[in-house]
Amino acid sequence: MAELTPYAKGLGITLAGIEGDVPILRVEFSDAVQGRPGALHGGALSGLLETAGYALLRGELERAGRATGMKPINLTVQFLASGKPRPTFARARIVKLGRRTASLSVEAWQDDPTRPIASAVMNVMVAAD
Amino acid sequence: MSADAEFDPARAAPFLTTHSHNGWLGLTYRDHGADWVELALPWRADLVGEEEREVLASGPIVSLMDMASGLAIWTRTGKFTPIATLDLRVDYLRAAAPRGSVFGRATCYRTTRSAAFVHGIAHEGDMDDPVARIQGVFMSIATDPRSIPGG
Repeated sequence: MAELTPYAKGLGITLAGIEGDVPILRVEFSDAVQGRPGALHGGALSGLLETAGYALLRGELERAGRATGMKPINLTVQFLASGKPRPTFARARIVKLGRRTASLSVEAWQDDPTRPIASAVMNVMVAAD
Repeated sequence: MSADAEFDPARAAPFLTTHSHNGWLGLTYRDHGADWVELALPWRADLVGEEEREVLASGPIVSLMDMASGLAIWTRTGKFTPIATLDLRVDYLRAAAPRGSVFGRATCYRTTRSAAFVHGIAHEGDMDDPVARIQGVFMSIATDPRSIPGG
């Protein structure tokens, strides 16, 4: 997998594993991602979700032999539960990869992948073939 | 905070932006009005999204707008009560300038007993040429509302 961005590395985001072709990203709870005392910051959580989206999309473009240029169009995050002071994971799914845009769905969880603490949809501009 | 001590973002922001995630980002207070607050996100090499282009990543801009939104809600209501982000939408209108700082202005335009609605823009000095637009909904996470006088 390509290197994470300086921003993602600074937050403490790492690659926890790959399931199939899907990267699972992880961030430790630390001061850098803390919002209210003892809670994960919504902005840092959004950063983890976006990073998981780009990591998956970049790999998918590479596997398809396509250019890997990506530009954000928009992001909508639903915050479902407060993030506790423990590791957080995120994994994306490509809903549609077109010639010019990609639509992704991303979820973040802590203990149980079936109980997400946040879900996001993101649209990304991808370089045409 | 007691009822007669109105929330003042100019005084509170330095305490709320010098530690944890907001402190790590280096957010600073710029200005405020009756229902809006503007913060600054100074450019920094380790906050970029693409190393070769030296442009701020989108993540820090989300955090900037989230914090500006919270401050705008507390400024409008005059009360520093716990809130949680429920829904946040960000439209990235264009890339920020290389090595450029970004300013985030959020306006709280409506509050109900438990929800607050916010919109805002991220810009680089010209409010008519924003980098991003946001729309968010925040929920009060205060304890049992019956325990709050007038709640």
